[in-house]
Amino acid sequence: MSAETSSAAAIGEVEGASLYDTDHPAPLIEAPRKRTKKTPKSTRTNFELYGWMFMRLSGIVLVVLVLGHLLIQLVLDGGVSKIGFAFVAGRWASPFWQIWDLAMLWLAMLHGANGLRTVINDYAQRDNTRFWLKMLLYTATVFTVLLGTLVIFTFDPNMR
Amino acid sequence: MPAGTLYRGREGMWSWVAHRVTGVLIFFFLFVHVLDTALVRVSPEAYDKVVATYKTPIVACLEYGLVAAILFHALNGLRIIAVDFWAKGPRYQKQMLWTVVGVWVVLMVGALYPVLGHAVRELFGS
Repeated sequence: MSAETSSAAAIGEVEGASLYDTDHPAPLIEAPRKRTKKTPKSTRTNFELYGWMFMRLSGIVLVVLVLGHLLIQLVLDGGVSKIGFAFVAGRWASPFWQIWDLAMLWLAMLHGANGLRTVINDYAQRDNTRFWLKMLLYTATVFTVLLGTLVIFTFDPNMR
Repeated sequence: MPAGTLYRGREGMWSWVAHRVTGVLIFFFLFVHVLDTALVRVSPEAYDKVVATYKTPIVACLEYGLVAAILFHALNGLRIIAVDFWAKGPRYQKQMLWTVVGVWVVLMVGALYPVLGHAVRELFGS
């Protein structure tokens, strides 16, 4: 207690006299990164965090969906030699396999598109190149997901 | 190792490289695969015709490569999740990679006959 008061008194003696008064005001120091009218609206979101999380969650689901798919298509019951229009018709007669394939299509396409987006961001150095590669990627992804979804929902086993 | 590079080699970097390469390959196959499956909406003949190419010996080898890429990507993906979410994951990442490689080799040996068997029979007769 006594040490504090004595040191405070010491400061008072040496530094107590202010350099500034009403006629000589202290310079105003602006806060770092102060938002002004010219500051563009913040575009920061948690998009990359959600993307990172999506890769892991969809990855776990895809391990089951895709390895099951490979087992059915390439290993069981004669492997690839049994596949044909009739085989597809037989499987898509069941809503279970329709939903399986639909989930696999969407998750795999989004997982792959986000992966390729990362690869493009890493290696395409010119702004224009990066932009157009990603536009190409997004266009191809949307087209493929919509085409696949349409095929699953409009499949007609009796078209011939 | 060249100076000033972020690449550190060893299990960590090479598993990362292999994960990228297999991921890109799988994604490109996925485009083709959705397109060929879409032929079921064109006609049964068109679909069966394109699926016939999947049954040729050369494409069977490509399928084996696809299985190799998918199995590595799947197993290493589970390892990445363990590194990220398991408290001891980073400490055991090397051991987990060699576990992944071991399981991968076993599954690839197991896939040899189912995936390539019909190609061998076609080439050398049953």
